[in-house]
Amino acid sequence: MNFLLKQIKKIKPQFEQGGRFGKLRSVFEGFETFIFVPEKVTSRGSHVRDYMDMKRTMTVVILALMPALLFGSYNIGLQHTRAFGIEGWSLMQMFWFGFLKILPLIIVSYVVGLGIEFVAAQLRGHEINEGYLVTGMLIPLIMPVDVPLWMVAVSVAFAVIIGKEIFGGTGMNILNPALTARAFLFFSYPGWMTGDNVWIEGLTRGTAVDGFSGATPLALAKLDEFDRMPSAMEMFIGTIPGSVGETSVIAILIGALILIATGVGSWRIMLSMTLGALGLGLLLNLAGSSEYSQLPAYYHLLMGGFAFGAVFMATDPVTAAQTNTGKWIYGALTGIMVVVIRVFNPAYPEGTMLAILLMNVFAPLIDHYVVNASIKRRLKRIKTT
Amino acid sequence: MSTTIRLRKGLNIKLAGKAEKILLPEAPVGRYGVRFADFPGLTAKLEVKEGAVVSAGSVLFHDKLIPEIKYVSPVSGVVKEIIRGEKRLLMEIVIEQQGNEKVDFGTADPLKLTREEVKSRMMISGLWPVMRQRPYHIVARPGAVPKAIFISAFDTAPLAPDLDFIMTNTQGGHLQTGINVLSRLTDGKIHLSFDKDGSKVAEVRNLKGIELHTFTGPHPAGNVGIQIHHIDPVSKGEVVWYTDIQDVVALGRLFNTGRYNRDRIIALAGPGVLHPKYHRTRAGASVSAILKSNLRDQNQRVISGNVLTGKKISDEGSMGFYDNMVTVVPEGDYNEFFGWALPGYDKFSYWKTFLSKLIPRKEYVLDTNMHGGHRAFVVTGHYENVLPMDLYPVHLVKAIMSGDVELMENLGIYEVAEEDLALCEYIDPSKTEFQEIIRQGIDLMIKEMN
Repeated sequence: MNFLLKQIKKIKPQFEQGGRFGKLRSVFEGFETFIFVPEKVTSRGSHVRDYMDMKRTMTVVILALMPALLFGSYNIGLQHTRAFGIEGWSLMQMFWFGFLKILPLIIVSYVVGLGIEFVAAQLRGHEINEGYLVTGMLIPLIMPVDVPLWMVAVSVAFAVIIGKEIFGGTGMNILNPALTARAFLFFSYPGWMTGDNVWIEGLTRGTAVDGFSGATPLALAKLDEFDRMPSAMEMFIGTIPGSVGETSVIAILIGALILIATGVGSWRIMLSMTLGALGLGLLLNLAGSSEYSQLPAYYHLLMGGFAFGAVFMATDPVTAAQTNTGKWIYGALTGIMVVVIRVFNPAYPEGTMLAILLMNVFAPLIDHYVVNASIKRRLKRIKTT
Repeated sequence: MSTTIRLRKGLNIKLAGKAEKILLPEAPVGRYGVRFADFPGLTAKLEVKEGAVVSAGSVLFHDKLIPEIKYVSPVSGVVKEIIRGEKRLLMEIVIEQQGNEKVDFGTADPLKLTREEVKSRMMISGLWPVMRQRPYHIVARPGAVPKAIFISAFDTAPLAPDLDFIMTNTQGGHLQTGINVLSRLTDGKIHLSFDKDGSKVAEVRNLKGIELHTFTGPHPAGNVGIQIHHIDPVSKGEVVWYTDIQDVVALGRLFNTGRYNRDRIIALAGPGVLHPKYHRTRAGASVSAILKSNLRDQNQRVISGNVLTGKKISDEGSMGFYDNMVTVVPEGDYNEFFGWALPGYDKFSYWKTFLSKLIPRKEYVLDTNMHGGHRAFVVTGHYENVLPMDLYPVHLVKAIMSGDVELMENLGIYEVAEEDLALCEYIDPSKTEFQEIIRQGIDLMIKEMN
């Protein structure tokens, strides 16, 4: 390690202002601090600081995403064999098949996204922010597997530049960047983001065996074809068509446990969003007239991107409500909006993405009222005395 | 009457090197100092030059805006040096001790004096600055009448001394006089707060003219600002004063004996100290005597005060005006290979991402490394967990950053001091300088309100 440290210190002057590669200062600094936590000591304020930093925070989220990624890989292989009537693939074969399909998505997402982050950090003279490490993993997991790579690249560029950097970078953005990327594709290239074929690898190019449909449970529900929907257990395990990482509720719950146990993700948002969706679902069960509204309320938690959105998207601390009371309100409203869009909206089968983006916009307003309540308590003290 | 207030929010940092309850006598110290940074917001006007001969209680400088407030020499001797920093900013007055001359301010019974007489006695003798005020956490402005006066009789900061142990070893007879002095300054109550152990000292238990409170919970429950917030919070236009229990003794001593005498007992603690113990010393004394052959190795940081809010000093530097401890921790000037990714068995943290949460130890060595780079705010909902006050620390800090005075006012700038948000700074993965920003906000408020 000492050798490596010496080498880094030796070439460092070239990357400092005025050095030969001075323009790559932020990039160098990014790699240097990735390998070695810097020797910087406290100069004012508290003399000791917690060992926790942004790198570790983001690493925890990436770790929590791993079960969804691993199951997603397997599921791509599984759906492929089902669609084309392939028999005799082992579990590992299915996993590797899927993994090799996801890998290009991940690489494109990171290369394009981090590239833009590096440039932005350099232009501002900031250190490189770790936020994209999570976003870059989220984006492939909420894409259909067959989406063309150039579209991923374009949507990543849009999300990072328009969704984040123009607001000032990580910590300043209003909309969740990963969902911004998905929404961009959803509205720009709907043919690649909806329908029955994009969810299964190869189905956009080949023909499936007779009787196979690549339709997601949500699409079937929208068409009132409830009898063709997979069982609740299948949806819970995740052996159904859908975006790469969203299908398995079990895998996502493992991630949720990691986030909650470490305190990195907000259990308040996860719980309140679940309760919101469940609450409206139950209300519809009681009072709704359409067939869709009679669907058992808990199905909403299993279908589509609800679980993934509640655990990984709505909880993004930058774009969610920031006060604890606000988180309850924000989560519950998001859950309610998901069901409203799914059941009452004629156009879009899935509501999670749009519900979260909508509530991202309202989160600062919710916080505003919560903080104002604290202010009012403070002002009331003056009046009573 | 006694009330119990239970606080749950906060954090006790399990720092190694707690001071053993053994009190060592005062070691001879040649060098004393008065540091200007101990008094934020002060514009000082010097009354001595280098080489001047002073007694204990001789005026060194006064407040330019309120000239009645004097700052005096802690010992008799010669003004050896007046240290200035950039732009000739006053840093410290160094006094070399010689002889044992003391200014005699005369004795008096505070209960027989008027409020103005008590005040002027405190100001002439240089003991006025032991009174501080909220809002702003500055030396109390004598023009106001505080609605109450607060004293915290326990300290919850990392490795903080047991104030009751200190009181056990403090010369009796002055504490009640000190309380009587305070009672002349306010028409309201004098609040004294204990932790759940209360006090074993009869003189403390039998004090008259005070309102007793008990606080339970982790740091910062011992901070007087937190106690004020829960007992009688400061709203716009109100002022409360507070002081340290050892300084109540000093006030009593002034009126009983007529002398300026801030002898105090401090704890020397921290992982960098070989023999952490209690020491008799006095405010302003150089720490060189107590640190002599007592440091683990050379690469240590000596802090006057606790590890969260204290000031970095050299190993010959002087004790701060208000501090009741000296902490020594190792410097953290090293590079850690993939430090952010290590499991962290031996790393104390607020965060549950380290294995130290699963296999906890009794105490940990913490160093001065930043452990990460500065970032924008990302995580939410955790800062509130270490601040037992009804306010939103991040919103307040953002209001200060944007210079929005009205919003700062609404979000509680009058109630906080740097020390109350020190834990927010400690736990922050974005490494925001909370304390620095809070002081900037307070400075801005002082400017705007004048």
